[in-house]
Amino acid sequence: MSEKTAITLHINGRDYAIAVEPRRTLADAIREDCGQTGTHLGCEHGACGACTVLVDGEPVRACLMFAVQADGKSIRTVEGLADGDTLHPLQQAFMEHHGLQCGFCTPGFLMLAVGVLEREPDISDDDLLDVLSSNLCRCTGYQNIVKAVRAAAQQMRGNRPAR
Amino acid sequence: MSTQSKGMSWVGRSIRRLEDPALVTGRGYFTGDLAAAHWVRFVRSPVAAGRIVKIGAPESAMVITAANLASVKPIAPLLHKFNYKPVAQPILADGVVRFVGEPVAAVVAASEQEAEDIADAVVLTIDETAAIVDGRAALAADAPQVHATVPGNVIVEGAHKTDGFDAAWARAHRIVTVEARSHRQNATPMEPRGGHAAYDAASGRITLTCATQMPHLMRTAIADLIGMAESDLRVIAPDVGGGFGQKMSLAAEYVLLVWLARQYKSSFAWREDRRENLIAGFHARDQYLTLAGAFDADAKLIALKADIIANVGAYSCFPTTAGIEPLMAMAELPGPYDFRHYECRARGVVTNTCTIAPYRGVSRPVNAFGLERLMDKAAAAFGLDVVEIRRRNLVDRFPYTTAYGLELDEASYRQTLDVVAKAIDLPAFRARQSEARAQGRHLGIGFATFCERTGYGTATFVERGMAITPGWETVVVSVDQSGLVEARIGASPHGQGLRTTLAQIVADELGISPDMIKVVHGDTDRAPYGWGTFASRSLVISGGATLIAARKVRTKLLKLASHILEAAPHDIVLEDGTAKVIGTDRSVPIATLAHEAHTQSHLYDGIEPGLTDEGFYDPPGTFSNACHVAIVEVDIETGQVKIEKFLVAEDAGRIINPMIADGQVHGGVAQGIGNALLEEIIYDDTGTILTASLADYLPPTARDVPEIDMHHLTTPSPNSVTEAKGLGEGGTIGAPAAVINAINDALVAFGVTIDEIPATPQRIRAALRNLSSPSPLWGAEKGGV
Repeated sequence: MSEKTAITLHINGRDYAIAVEPRRTLADAIREDCGQTGTHLGCEHGACGACTVLVDGEPVRACLMFAVQADGKSIRTVEGLADGDTLHPLQQAFMEHHGLQCGFCTPGFLMLAVGVLEREPDISDDDLLDVLSSNLCRCTGYQNIVKAVRAAAQQMRGNRPAR
Repeated sequence: MSTQSKGMSWVGRSIRRLEDPALVTGRGYFTGDLAAAHWVRFVRSPVAAGRIVKIGAPESAMVITAANLASVKPIAPLLHKFNYKPVAQPILADGVVRFVGEPVAAVVAASEQEAEDIADAVVLTIDETAAIVDGRAALAADAPQVHATVPGNVIVEGAHKTDGFDAAWARAHRIVTVEARSHRQNATPMEPRGGHAAYDAASGRITLTCATQMPHLMRTAIADLIGMAESDLRVIAPDVGGGFGQKMSLAAEYVLLVWLARQYKSSFAWREDRRENLIAGFHARDQYLTLAGAFDADAKLIALKADIIANVGAYSCFPTTAGIEPLMAMAELPGPYDFRHYECRARGVVTNTCTIAPYRGVSRPVNAFGLERLMDKAAAAFGLDVVEIRRRNLVDRFPYTTAYGLELDEASYRQTLDVVAKAIDLPAFRARQSEARAQGRHLGIGFATFCERTGYGTATFVERGMAITPGWETVVVSVDQSGLVEARIGASPHGQGLRTTLAQIVADELGISPDMIKVVHGDTDRAPYGWGTFASRSLVISGGATLIAARKVRTKLLKLASHILEAAPHDIVLEDGTAKVIGTDRSVPIATLAHEAHTQSHLYDGIEPGLTDEGFYDPPGTFSNACHVAIVEVDIETGQVKIEKFLVAEDAGRIINPMIADGQVHGGVAQGIGNALLEEIIYDDTGTILTASLADYLPPTARDVPEIDMHHLTTPSPNSVTEAKGLGEGGTIGAPAAVINAINDALVAFGVTIDEIPATPQRIRAALRNLSSPSPLWGAEKGGV
């Protein structure tokens, strides 16, 4: 057992002052120390992407980052996506296009897509497919996830026609 | 179904799922989200076979071993047929280890990390013995014996031979053979397994929350093994992150958690990590399937001979037993084909590998792979096209009794084939294929026509000789005094959208909208006893029981309304949450009827108090069917296969929610593509597993799965009260066969045959490299045929 370090995680606009061992992953800190269990762990190897969150706007596999590395950084998780009762366009699109079945991988896919679409709103369909292939889903066969993200992308661009 | 809601039936509509709002906002509740006072880490065997000499634990650590568990019975499921040899799996290895990953000890600590640290410090001294890994090799006379109680390593053996088989065989015009090899897979739900057992001091009861598909049977089994009253155990399946069969079998780990909670009167949790899941979370599909088909001069299959060797791993899974793969393979191999003579030998063989358990499709992906390869080979032998050979051989009259004795109900085998054949335009594809070949590109097309036995009740499990016959389902529908409806079900969905589809069924019966209906499942204190969700059964059986229960409640609502509205029941409709007299403005809200039923029933003749009724359903089973077509391109330099197009024509009878049904097919096909091209659990000769992470074991990504072109046919089943057939497994069953046939078609000019799945780039390159002489087709400059 090693010493714990005091850090602050800014998650969805709220500060969490916690003490963690240096080896504590960001994913475990978010889930266990901050109680935000919407972020899921599917492999803890960085392979499946279920734990994807946004750190300073960039999609990050929270199982591959230490919590201490995220000290002071701004973190967004699935719990912070909706604005009150108004769902984010991606959450809405996942429901409308049946982009989820068991829902375990869904938070990771949502955060991956949010991060990418905010950075690159005009991303091409093909590049988007590349990005989405970084996470694993075992239920949907991806078709409806891709459909949902494309639909949300269009809505997020203000309904102007896709390129 | 209801007659009153013709204009506005909920059934048949793609309404959004009631499950989704919680899941897209991070408010889902999975087993791993629960906090616990104590965390458990399992120390697992690093060797495939051996005798435990010593378990060296750090001082003051809490380490549970078999020695602590003398009072707990081993897992030992039974099969009363097929020469089954019972084997016992101790909760923790008792003196002997039989596969890499077998739990040997359980470390308990205050945190998960601490438990992991201590587990790392536990030193196992194991006297290693010879391991046997391959199912075929395990049959050799000098092979190491995995269990003393299983001589020759054959744990179960089925045999079937139709009367007159030999005479039919002798009439063959041509014999076509296939030696199919399916390597081992892991179902790989995105949420690994996990459990949390907590003691309640007030009641003395234990609550086990776990990622299971069968909460009630877990309760029954665990209470029995531990020797506690079943009513003292509550099992909760919360949100479960996929199962695909893997989570229907009893995990020894859950038994230990309940034992700990009971023994130490506290809470204990275990979250399986991905490595544990890949090495010890049950495997599937490790089979050798050898087929020989006797065809007459018209290319009509007249007799089929099959030898099935299913490597079932080290133990027998509960409740389906080690018979599940070999026996299901034997029973369902004839598939949708019309032939009268069948000889089959199916053996389940124990080895020093992870135990095999049901995985979506159970054996039928391998069956279809073998049989559809046989059809393509026969087509080539007879100079027929791949559609014509199937057209000549598919069953086209119903009911039809297969050569094994299963009764196929009304289906659309030929029609689904015709639909995809038309959509794909085979002659046009052949022209494109030739052009591409001339440019050095190798395209291929593969068909797979199959049936999927779904929604089968008790009789099927009795036929299999299972000591446990998980066939029927019960559903309790009740209307409370606010007008809210609950359907409490014994099925245990985990992604299938059953809360939505069952609500649609109830909504039509009771004239209310689906969002007023809560489907309650996954809690043995709240739901009636039932068998859970597996085997493409829930919509058929639990859906049927839901319909039956809802109809009884409907009848009572109408009766009550007829008293209050002073009209005959048949003049009353239930719609928009009210009971209305047709053609009048007289109506009464359903909530008022519910209130009256609960508080004023004494006022009404012949009305018993309350508004709750039960439906029970135990159907004989039905068969969904589909035809899959894959078009692939094989890169002969790298062995890489790209799926260019994938078509499905499916028939699952009446569809309750088309969006959800399509989603089941998409996901199934994706798993089938993984099965065909990517996914393989690999052991070395010593039984060490080489694919223990998702960097080595490769489920398909969004890049590997094409958009699926779906076509629907609807043949309602008389064997299902909702007329719906199940379809949870079909996608997984047909896709491997279609993809492999397509690969073989792409490589036909090389004289290469790939009858092994997954057809990885390595295997395809090896087959091409092993050609005896260089083919004239290498490279574009050589031209094509």
